[in-house]
Amino acid sequence: MAVIPLERKPLSFAERTYLPAIASGLKTTLKHLFAPNITMEYPEQRPAIPPGYRGVPTLVKDPHGREKCVSCQLCEFVCPPKAIRITPGEIPADAPERAHVEKGPQAFDIDMLRCIYCGLCQEVCPEEAIFLQNQYSMTGYTREEMVNHKDRLYELGGTLPDEHFKWDKKLDAEKHGNAH
Amino acid sequence: MIQPAKPADLVTVNIDGKDIAVPKGTNVIEAARLINVDIPHYCYHPKLTIVGNCRMCLIEMGMPAVDPATKAPIMDPATGKQKINWIPRPQIGCGTNVSSGLHIRTQSPMVKDCREGVMEFLLINHPLDCPICDQAGECKLQEQSTGYGRGYSRFVEQKNVKPKRTQLGPRVTLDDERCILCSRCIRFSKEIAKDDVLGFIDRGSYSTLTCYPGKTLANNYSLNTVDICPVGALTSTDFRFKMRVWFLKQTNSIDTESSVGANTVVWSREGAIYRITPRRNDDVNDTWMADSGRELFKSVKSADRLTAVKVNSADSALDIAINAATQLFKEGGAAVVGSGRSSVEEQFLTKKLADALKASVSLVSRVGEGDKLLVSADRNPNVRGALVTGLIKSLPSQKLTDLAAAIDAGKIKAVVSVGEDLAAAGLSAAQLAKISIVYLGTHANATSVAAKVVIPTQSVFEKNGTLVNQQFRIQKFARAVPAPAGATDDTVVLAKLAGVAATDIASVWKLIAAEVPALTTMSYANIPETGLLLDATPFAALPFVEGETLHYKPTAPVAATA
Ligand code: SF4
Ligand code: SF4
Ligand code: SF4
Ligand code: FES
Repeated sequence: MAVIPLERKPLSFAERTYLPAIASGLKTTLKHLFAPNITMEYPEQRPAIPPGYRGVPTLVKDPHGREKCVSCQLCEFVCPPKAIRITPGEIPADAPERAHVEKGPQAFDIDMLRCIYCGLCQEVCPEEAIFLQNQYSMTGYTREEMVNHKDRLYELGGTLPDEHFKWDKKLDAEKHGNAH
Repeated sequence: MIQPAKPADLVTVNIDGKDIAVPKGTNVIEAARLINVDIPHYCYHPKLTIVGNCRMCLIEMGMPAVDPATKAPIMDPATGKQKINWIPRPQIGCGTNVSSGLHIRTQSPMVKDCREGVMEFLLINHPLDCPICDQAGECKLQEQSTGYGRGYSRFVEQKNVKPKRTQLGPRVTLDDERCILCSRCIRFSKEIAKDDVLGFIDRGSYSTLTCYPGKTLANNYSLNTVDICPVGALTSTDFRFKMRVWFLKQTNSIDTESSVGANTVVWSREGAIYRITPRRNDDVNDTWMADSGRELFKSVKSADRLTAVKVNSADSALDIAINAATQLFKEGGAAVVGSGRSSVEEQFLTKKLADALKASVSLVSRVGEGDKLLVSADRNPNVRGALVTGLIKSLPSQKLTDLAAAIDAGKIKAVVSVGEDLAAAGLSAAQLAKISIVYLGTHANATSVAAKVVIPTQSVFEKNGTLVNQQFRIQKFARAVPAPAGATDDTVVLAKLAGVAATDIASVWKLIAAEVPALTTMSYANIPETGLLLDATPFAALPFVEGETLHYKPTAPVAATA
């Protein structure tokens, strides 16, 4: 590699006294002394999360508190770092109100040490059951603690509004539909 | 099915402007497939009769124009070529076999409209079940609505409701809403399984697939209907909701339940097998296999699986066990019990071991009832392999009477059993106690309990190898999942016991090619996926137990089944 020697510019007299630099530093300090605070007393104070923020992926329930995920495993498939692991299961034929959904997750694990918060799982979900919400801080002492299991995912997710109620419509059709 | 044709039988047809020569009588769908033109279809299946009821395969057809009176070709002045008389209406491709000069168009606007129309009708009453449907990922309706559908729905009325989660039989679950009424399952049951229990009831959009009242779809071929159902209407009760198919790795394997050797695909994910399906081989099993063969993988993870090397009932290591076995053999009077379930490679090494020990070799025969389709009377998948490798000269019997007599006479002191349960093969507990047993096997049984040395080995899903089926067709299977810790490949164990320097399947095959006359030109790699037919004439006089099955007719007189 070529070496290009650069000439160092000689300092002027004022610069050699360091006084202008000290003065400008003090000016910045003074300005912030009287300006309003921009830091925050975390964790007592928490920032407002802007809409569209991609926090920890969570599972949500519909407004009637019912599980939305049907364990189609599309999120497991799309997840780039393979953070999601689902064990599908069958909803028993005698389950009240839910039997017509037929399928739901037996186990649902998201490894937050793997998750890169890309949001693809939310995008791909055909049942609108997985959302990246406001939760941004995940801590734990062990690797196992950093895996969110199904109950934790629902606890984090809570309930989101639903405009479609696809499975209710289906049940409705079954009850009054075009049966022969 | 496309038969290999003599050149004289070839006719030239024109598909989308391209001339190809195909055997006369080839189905138009198959002819197009030869030049990679996809004619979408549902009801057509190469191994079933043609009914033409789904209308998905509509195409345009035409024949070169000739003058009716003079039979002279009519030329088209614009192109200078013979004019084509296109049939003004679309035709179904599956219902036509090619004839000379046939022209078809699969990409014209009319064909596109037809496909969109058919797809729209099929989807009118179709449920939005893909997220919970086991067929998703291998569903023809999904694929073809993506490839040929309109892309949106104009249907605003309420969809029809039909029965869901119906148990058609012990292994098949039916979802009638997803059925597209192609009748493949009905034709399979009638034509192949010869158990005509399925049919449609009601008319129009209320048509419903159902079982004949009082009957169930319970025959040993019922799961083939699941394979051929183009949608998720028929699903396997066992595989239902277990795993999405796109996660599963496919490995070619062979059904080991009988000497038919049906070609299979093993579907696994991360070391766990989820299902087994048939693989097309027009000379062996067409596109079918028996339900019983699909359950064989269940034993892979069973609780009685052997995973620890044992010497005198204490945990040990492979090399120590090999030494212990060698010590037992040194006392003389050794016998080898080989197996008709072992692969060709293992049988070859069993023979090497027997030669090294100067020991007699016996095999245990397993005979059941053949079902004339894809389960033969011989329940050992590889007795022919033992003949080809020279492990045995005559057919095995079901009980080890000679060996029992030799043990009683005190001539035999040590027995190596390659996966055979000696107690089940007729040796009494007293006889087992008199000898030192070296047992190589996958699962615990009376023999492994009585054995001095136990070496756990691998199941057919965990290793590579070849089997010779009843037609003397050598077919290979490949490793689908890793073996449990502690289980060693049979060929490695046998090679060590026999003192043969062979570490992997390629090196075993070098020895086989050098020593077995019938297999001189072969290696594991160059056996095609559909198998290779070996010369059966040296064994033509043997009284094999198999009766007639699909693609197999016994040549020698059939022995009375014991
Ligand atoms: S946000 Fe991305 S990385 Fe995290 S679980 Fe969803 S798909 Fe996987
Ligand atoms: S049959 Fe095919 S299109 Fe219908 S729900 Fe199942 S996967 Fe979807
Ligand atoms: S169940 Fe499947 S194979 Fe049978 S008619 Fe319906 S779509 Fe066809
Ligand atoms: S495939 Fe031709 S009509 Fe069904």
